[in-house]
Amino acid sequence: MTGSSSRTEVLRRIRAALGDRPEDVPVPRDYLQEHGDRTPQETADLLAEHLADYRAHVHRAAPADIAGTVARLLADHGSRTAVVPPGLPQEWLSQVAGVEVTTAGADITARELDAIDSVVTGCAVAIAETGTIVLDGSPDQGVRRITLVPDHHVCVVRAPEQVVAAVPQALPRLDPARPLTWISGPSATSDIELDRVEGVHGPRTLDVVLVSAAV
Amino acid sequence: MSGTYLGLPAFPEAARTSTKDAQLRANLTHATHTIRAKRAGAVGELADWQGLRAAGAAIKDHTLRHLDTYLEQLEAAVTAAGGTVHWAVDAADANRIVTELVRATGETEVVKVKSMATQEIGLNDHLRVEGISAYETDLAELIVQLGDDRPSHILVPAIHKNRSQIRDIFRTAMGEWGRPAPDGLSDTPADLAEAARLHLREKFLRAKVGISGANFMVAETGTMVVVESEGNGRMCLTLPETLISVVGIEKVVPTFRDLEVFLQTLPRSSTAERMNPYTSMWTGTTDGDGPRTFHLVLLDNGRTDTLADTEGRPALRCIRCSACLNVCPVYERAGGHAYGSAYPGPIGAILTPQLRGTADALDASLPYASSLCGACYDVCPVAIDIPSILVHLRERVAQGGEVVTAGRRTTIKPAKGHAAERAAMRAALVTLDHPVAWRATQYLAARTRRLHPRRLPTPAGRAWTDRRDLPQVPAGSFRDWWREHEKERAGRTGAPARDTGEKGGAQ
Ligand code: SF4
Repeated sequence: MTGSSSRTEVLRRIRAALGDRPEDVPVPRDYLQEHGDRTPQETADLLAEHLADYRAHVHRAAPADIAGTVARLLADHGSRTAVVPPGLPQEWLSQVAGVEVTTAGADITARELDAIDSVVTGCAVAIAETGTIVLDGSPDQGVRRITLVPDHHVCVVRAPEQVVAAVPQALPRLDPARPLTWISGPSATSDIELDRVEGVHGPRTLDVVLVSAAV
Repeated sequence: MSGTYLGLPAFPEAARTSTKDAQLRANLTHATHTIRAKRAGAVGELADWQGLRAAGAAIKDHTLRHLDTYLEQLEAAVTAAGGTVHWAVDAADANRIVTELVRATGETEVVKVKSMATQEIGLNDHLRVEGISAYETDLAELIVQLGDDRPSHILVPAIHKNRSQIRDIFRTAMGEWGRPAPDGLSDTPADLAEAARLHLREKFLRAKVGISGANFMVAETGTMVVVESEGNGRMCLTLPETLISVVGIEKVVPTFRDLEVFLQTLPRSSTAERMNPYTSMWTGTTDGDGPRTFHLVLLDNGRTDTLADTEGRPALRCIRCSACLNVCPVYERAGGHAYGSAYPGPIGAILTPQLRGTADALDASLPYASSLCGACYDVCPVAIDIPSILVHLRERVAQGGEVVTAGRRTTIKPAKGHAAERAAMRAALVTLDHPVAWRATQYLAARTRRLHPRRLPTPAGRAWTDRRDLPQVPAGSFRDWWREHEKERAGRTGAPARDTGEKGGAQ
C-alpha cells in the first residue's frame, strides 16, 4: 500500500472494529501519590538507600563539600580526562587537579567521548522510592551522549529541592519536550542465567553526590 | 539468523520435543523461579498495587476505545516535534517502509534495540534479503543472533542458554560479526558482559541508523518511551543520525501523566526491579542531541482485527512485561519456542491466534497451550483475563464463527473434525500429567468456577455471560471441566461429546 492509503486503511479498520461502541471507562486515580509518610530528610535517606541497592555509590556531602567530593571521586577512579556540560557550576570543579576537563559543546562526538574517562553533571529530579535520577538536558546536564559513552558518571543531586518521593511526583516536574533519561543504578544485565551484572554499555560506575545541608 | 516461524510444528509437537530437552528445562526452571520470587517482593512494596493495576487496565481500555483519535493526536504531536509518521497495515508494509527509509540514508548497516514488533514482522530477515545488516545489541538478542537461534522469552530471550553455552557461542561467532571474543574468555557473567561491551561498542560508534520499538507513545506530547537495562537502547536511540521506531498502534497512551502508572508497574512486573536501569524519553528531534531524523512507523498487522473481537480485545492492553510467562506451568515445561511466534507464554497463546488468525494448525493449537490455572491473570499488571480469552479462542477454533481478518469480516468454519482441538488437548496433557502442573489444576478448580459460563456460548462464539455469577460446575480438574462442558454442549446442540484425550489415548 502507499503511505496515505495505509493510513486511511488502518484508521478505517479501527473505526470498523469499534463498531460495537464499547463503553468508555473512567480511569480510577485512587492509587497513592507516594508510598509512606516521610520527612524530606527521610526521603533523601530512602533515595540513598535505593540508589545503593542497585549498586550506585552514594556520597553524602554538605554544600560546601561538593567540590572536594567531586575531586576525590575523579581521583579515586583514576580519571585523567573528564567531560562536563556547559552549564555545570564552575565551583564544583574548583578542587579538581590533574584531570583534563573538556566542556561539551553540542558538536562533541561519540568517538571523542569514547576516549574520556568521566563525566560530571547535575540532574533534573531524583525519585527516592525507585532510586532514580532523571536528566533532562538542562545546561548543567548536557546532551545525552556525554552521560552515556564515558565509563564513569558523577551526578550531583541536591536535597531536598531535587528529590521527590515517588514516580507520580516526578512527572509534573519534567518537560516531555526535552529528551529525558531516567537512570536507576549503573547499566546492568540479567541476561545470563538472571545473574545481575553491572555495566554493559552505559557508565559502569555511577557516583551520586547527594547534597544536603544536614549531612 | 532465523527470524521467521514458518513451518514450525504445532504446539503439541514442539512442546513434546522441548519438554525432553533437559538443559532447556533446567534453565527455564531456574530462571522463571528466580524472577517469580523477586517479582513478588517488588510488587509487595506497593500497597496500592491493585489500584495501579486497575488504573493501567482502564487507561488502556479507554485508549483502545478512542484509538483512532489518539493515533491522530500522536501523529500531529510527533510531526510538530520534527518527526515523520508512517502507517503500516501489515508486516510487508512495515518492512517495505523501513527498508526504504534505511536505503534513503545510503547505509547498509543498522543497530537495533530489542523490539518485539520488529521480531513479529521478521524485519531482520527482510533487511538481510535487501542487503542490509541489522545488528542486535541487547546481550540476550546478541546471544540469540550469534547462535543462529530464536528468542524464547520476551524479556530474557536467551533464557534457554546457560553461561557455558553462551561462552561457546561468543568464542565461535563474534569474530564473524565484528570484534572477536577476547582470548581465554571465561564463562562468568561479568566476563561475558565485558566481551559484549567491547564487541558492540565499535558498532555503536560507527552506526548511522538505529532501529527501535517503544514501550509507550504519548498522544498529547508525541513522546516515545523505551525502557531498558543495558544502555544499548540509549546507544541506539542517541548516537545514530537516523532513528526509526516501529511500534504497534496499541502502545499509545493519552497523556504524559499516564506514564506514572506504567513506570511503576512495568519494571516491577518484568525485571522485578523498583525501576529498570535506563528509561529514555524523546519527542521528535532535538537540535544537537540525538538523531537529526526520526521516523515513527505505526504498525497494525492484526491489531485492528484483535480490536474487532469484543472478547479478545483486552489482549491489546499488554505491556509485554513477561510476568505471565514466569508463572506459567505450561511455559516452564514447554519453553518459548513451542509457541512459534515472537510472543511466547500465556500472552502469546492469546495474542498470536488473534494477530495471525487460527487458519494455521499451530496458531489454532495455541489457545490450548494452557492449563487455565489463572496464575497469569493474577500477575498481569494490566489485569488481562487471559484464561477467559483462551476459552473464548477455543470456542472460536472449535465452533468457528464471525471474525475480522485483515480488516474484513469473515466467517470461519469450525476446525475440521476438531483436529486442532484434539491435538491441543494432547498438548495440555503433556503438562497436566506432570505433578507440578497437576497442582496447578487444583488451583484451577477455583478458576473454572469463575470461568464456566452460566449460559453456553452460541455457535457464533458469542460472549461468555457475566462471569461474576457463580456457575454450576463443581470444582475439579480441567479435564473434568472440559468433560462437563462437552456434555452440556452435546446436550444443547445434539453434537456428540468429544473425548477429553485421557492419558494413554493422547500420547
Ligand atoms: S499479558 Fe499481562 S502479564 Fe503477560 S506480558 Fe502482557 S502485561 Fe505482562
